[in-house]
Amino acid sequence: MKYLHNIGVYFLMIKDMFRKPTKWSVMRTLILKDIDDLIINSLGIVAFISFFVGGVVAIQTSLNISNPLIPKYLVGFATRQSIILEFAPTFISIIMAGKVGSFITSSIGTMRVTEQIDALEVMGINALNYLVFPKFIALSLYPFIISIAMFLGVLGGLAACVYGGYGTFEDYIQGIQTDFIPFHIVYAFIKTLVFAFLLATIPSFYGYYMKGGALEVGKASTTSFVWTSVVIILANYFLTSLLLG
Amino acid sequence: MIEVKDLHKSFGDAHILKGISTSFEKGKTNLIIGQSGSGKTVFLKCLLGLFDYEKGSIAYEGRIISEMKPDEKGNLRAEIGMVFQGSALFDSMTIAENVMFPLRMFTKQSKSEMEDRVDFVLKRVNLPDAHDKMPSEASGGMQKRVAIARAIVNNPKYLFCDEPNSGLDPKTAIVIDNLIQEITDEYQMTTVINSHDMNSVMEIGEKIVFLKDGLKEWEGSKDTIFKTDNKAVTDFVYSSNLFKKVRRMYIEENQ
Repeated sequence: MKYLHNIGVYFLMIKDMFRKPTKWSVMRTLILKDIDDLIINSLGIVAFISFFVGGVVAIQTSLNISNPLIPKYLVGFATRQSIILEFAPTFISIIMAGKVGSFITSSIGTMRVTEQIDALEVMGINALNYLVFPKFIALSLYPFIISIAMFLGVLGGLAACVYGGYGTFEDYIQGIQTDFIPFHIVYAFIKTLVFAFLLATIPSFYGYYMKGGALEVGKASTTSFVWTSVVIILANYFLTSLLLG
Repeated sequence: MIEVKDLHKSFGDAHILKGISTSFEKGKTNLIIGQSGSGKTVFLKCLLGLFDYEKGSIAYEGRIISEMKPDEKGNLRAEIGMVFQGSALFDSMTIAENVMFPLRMFTKQSKSEMEDRVDFVLKRVNLPDAHDKMPSEASGGMQKRVAIARAIVNNPKYLFCDEPNSGLDPKTAIVIDNLIQEITDEYQMTTVINSHDMNSVMEIGEKIVFLKDGLKEWEGSKDTIFKTDNKAVTDFVYSSNLFKKVRRMYIEENQ
């Protein structure tokens, strides 16, 4: 019953997020700040993880090809498919649920605990529009991060393959060009946009409606990470069935 | 003036406000006092329109909150300034940005006009050089003064303060009390203060409403509270030996 209630409150929150918009001159500043906090500040960790995970995928694939009949370019092909279809959109989103999600929950939760949200409401400001909407807009740039993750993942695979002695440059390039289906990129970006929406709204929900003090802010961040990850995994399953099944 | 008639508010089965009627006058510091759990905070939040109520009415100069359209409620909110117990300053903004916030949200003033107004109110609360500090760099007393500056920057008609002296040393508490009273008088605002502080009651209580178990038990002023025979009020206000002595001396002097 509690879960159903929370789902209802979550959808009402989304409706209220678009109601009574904040003055544009103020909103513009909030959006730019959130782009900096949520997108720009995530580039480093995303680049680092993508490059090395791409390398690991290439090494693992190469080490598991023992049959001489299997062509060497399969390393590039498998790396590209893994990175574009799953690693970049889904795995990076789980990481972002930890990094960006807990940041959103704790910052909004702290505002709740310290009565800053009450102060906004007393002034007649729609606190949900003021706090959540800029995050939603900022995270609409999330596909930009995922594009970088895709590029660096494939590049990491190339570096690991060539410099680790697992294959040649030519084989890897041939692999990433083999059987390329442009729709896979579209599929990845559709998933990315859905995950961006979940990343902006689920952590905001847990921060905005939290009750208690500083200890509860920590608990809300953990709960928010768990539920954002669960919903991303479920959404990934349904979107894959729908778009590729 | 704010008029409250037969106000009832419940949360589930818990009947918190059980029919409060009173009024808060313009140009006066009106204090709501009472023990923890007496319904003071719920009453204040009903006055602010943050809580809906089941029965009764709250009227701002005759405008009844529950009958207002959303636009009218929005306009009323722009007439209200609020000082929260923990100051509730936006910790991502400097002190000047915090004070400027209501102007940015609700006025069409140019940047220089807003800066002039911020300079003026920060000087008024005796913080002329605090513009670029972050709230975390300010002491508790400074934060309260910034909160007062933010509350009055847009010339509100109504000022609400929730426990403005909590966590402050006695000297700073007197400074804050005096500041609130001076500002109330200067701008002829209707000021409502939720307080536990008996010093505030004695210093600035031009009107005092005492709540007990969700009901108005007594109302009067800092002068009449010395003379009252209401046991609930005397037990609450004169719970310390010091205040008992003060009361005895006051009564003896005035006999």
